[in-house]
Amino acid sequence: MTFDWTPVWLTLKLASLTTLLLLLLGTPLAWWLARTPCHCREWIGALVALPLVLPPTVLGFYLLLMLSPTGPIGAATAALGLGTLAFTFPGLVLGSVLYSMPFVVQSVRNAFEAMGTRPMEVAASLRASPLRSFFTVALPLARPGLLTGAVLGFAHTVGEFGVVLMIGGNIPGETKVLSVAIYDHVESLEWTQAHWLAGGMLVFSFLVVVAMYRLERHLWGQSRDA
Amino acid sequence: MTLEVELTLERPGGFRLDARFSAPGQGVTALFGDSGSGKTTVLRCVAGLERARGHCRIQGETWQDATGFLPSHRRPIGYVFQEASLFPHLSVRANLEFGWRLVEPDARRIAFDEAVELLGIRPLLARATARLSGGERQRVAIARALLTSPRLLLMDEPLSALDHASKEVIIRYLERMFDELGLPVLYVSHHPDEVARLADHMVLMEAGRVRASGEAADLMTRLDLPLSRFDSASAFLDGQVAGHDDTFHLTYIDTNGGRFTVPRQDLDIGKRARVQVHARDVSLSLTDHHDTSILNILPARVLDTRALDPARLIVRLGLEDGQNLLARITRRSGVALGLHEGMPLYAQVKSVALVG
Repeated sequence: MTFDWTPVWLTLKLASLTTLLLLLLGTPLAWWLARTPCHCREWIGALVALPLVLPPTVLGFYLLLMLSPTGPIGAATAALGLGTLAFTFPGLVLGSVLYSMPFVVQSVRNAFEAMGTRPMEVAASLRASPLRSFFTVALPLARPGLLTGAVLGFAHTVGEFGVVLMIGGNIPGETKVLSVAIYDHVESLEWTQAHWLAGGMLVFSFLVVVAMYRLERHLWGQSRDA
Repeated sequence: MTLEVELTLERPGGFRLDARFSAPGQGVTALFGDSGSGKTTVLRCVAGLERARGHCRIQGETWQDATGFLPSHRRPIGYVFQEASLFPHLSVRANLEFGWRLVEPDARRIAFDEAVELLGIRPLLARATARLSGGERQRVAIARALLTSPRLLLMDEPLSALDHASKEVIIRYLERMFDELGLPVLYVSHHPDEVARLADHMVLMEAGRVRASGEAADLMTRLDLPLSRFDSASAFLDGQVAGHDDTFHLTYIDTNGGRFTVPRQDLDIGKRARVQVHARDVSLSLTDHHDTSILNILPARVLDTRALDPARLIVRLGLEDGQNLLARITRRSGVALGLHEGMPLYAQVKSVALVG
């Protein structure tokens, strides 16, 4: 018996891509949530945080409906000639982004709120435009939050099961990620493979958390107010 | 060339700002008042960090009026916050270079090294900001603001977060810097002594309004304004070092209104000097006594008197050169001397402090 690495690589690919997208989309969203005076922000914030409490299968169910050829997203992607996203890798990425969004947005938003308005005011008084201030002051100061968000988003995507099962199914090399593979192995009584994958996940997750704690402490230590 | 400011603003909670003043486009103008009087808000509005209605014209440029509002990063200001607020993710040098690099090289009016020398921070350049003392941080913050070549420097109680010793150090740096750069400065403070040492002009704020504005030395001795009622009420007089007495170890400071004698100071003759005279150290006499231990006796004229409480009076005196003194005396003495407006007499000054 040879060990099948495909689900492992697929999972890492999914988690990396999801994390990247989450940082790109979640950071501006977190900035907006941290700074806007708009009353709608609690509603938007709640919407983003919803996956924290929603059963993954519920999220998956609605996503499936929307991705189906008659759903709004499915119809749009079909019209663009992309086909439908259900049971495809891009579909999984979309689901994962929504599912892990709160972890990234909350961490980054906390970091932005913790820095207060002063650094941006200082930057403006030193002639830096808002955009420049964001990139040269706000982002570097929010590094610990960005890191926590990225790690949490990544780890959470790796461990995702319900959403994947609903919208991705179980297609080897396309949507069969680690958690589904473990489930599969157990179902077919392949204990050895299940052990390897589960044990690997256990060690991996532990290392991730340890690394995050250490890095976080290091970064906060650096950015204590001067 | 002036600073013309007219700003109104209402905040939820009942605070109302209605500040109108103009100030000379040179020298240091103190925005003075109690906490909550709106002085910091005025400064923030001038910087464009907060929005108020009205207008703000600085040195002939309009930064804000009914039709436009220049955002902070387009205003040629330097801003020094109460806490140094250095960027913790940058070294001292990178903090200094942050704004300096954003100014076109030919628009720079101060060289990097000049600002560094002016605030004595060369030894700190390579350090991380976390390893600076409070006073060092504030000096870096001031240099950082100067390096943007501002046309107006805004300072929000830059000394209030510091201990006494660092305060003294920074005041010296500030005095030198104001002298050498000739940059107009708006300086927020609620310490009369700080204002007296640093400011030429003063805007007195009270409950969101401008109570008075004018020359600092004048406002500090005006009896209708609260400064003359403080326990530490003082007059500040400008003069210059006239000579030294090596036998008795004294230094003479001459004003056009008379000569002040202070313990020997290591100052060059002819240098400008400012002396502080506390109202409590001034007594009044109808004749020019010479049989007294008091060295500083100046002819003066009574300009105004007010009761401080049932027992004491505060008297505003005009010296021959137009500068003013304050004297705090008992009401009984006032009656005994028959004080009245315009009355000539002699002010006996028991002690004088050289403040800059």
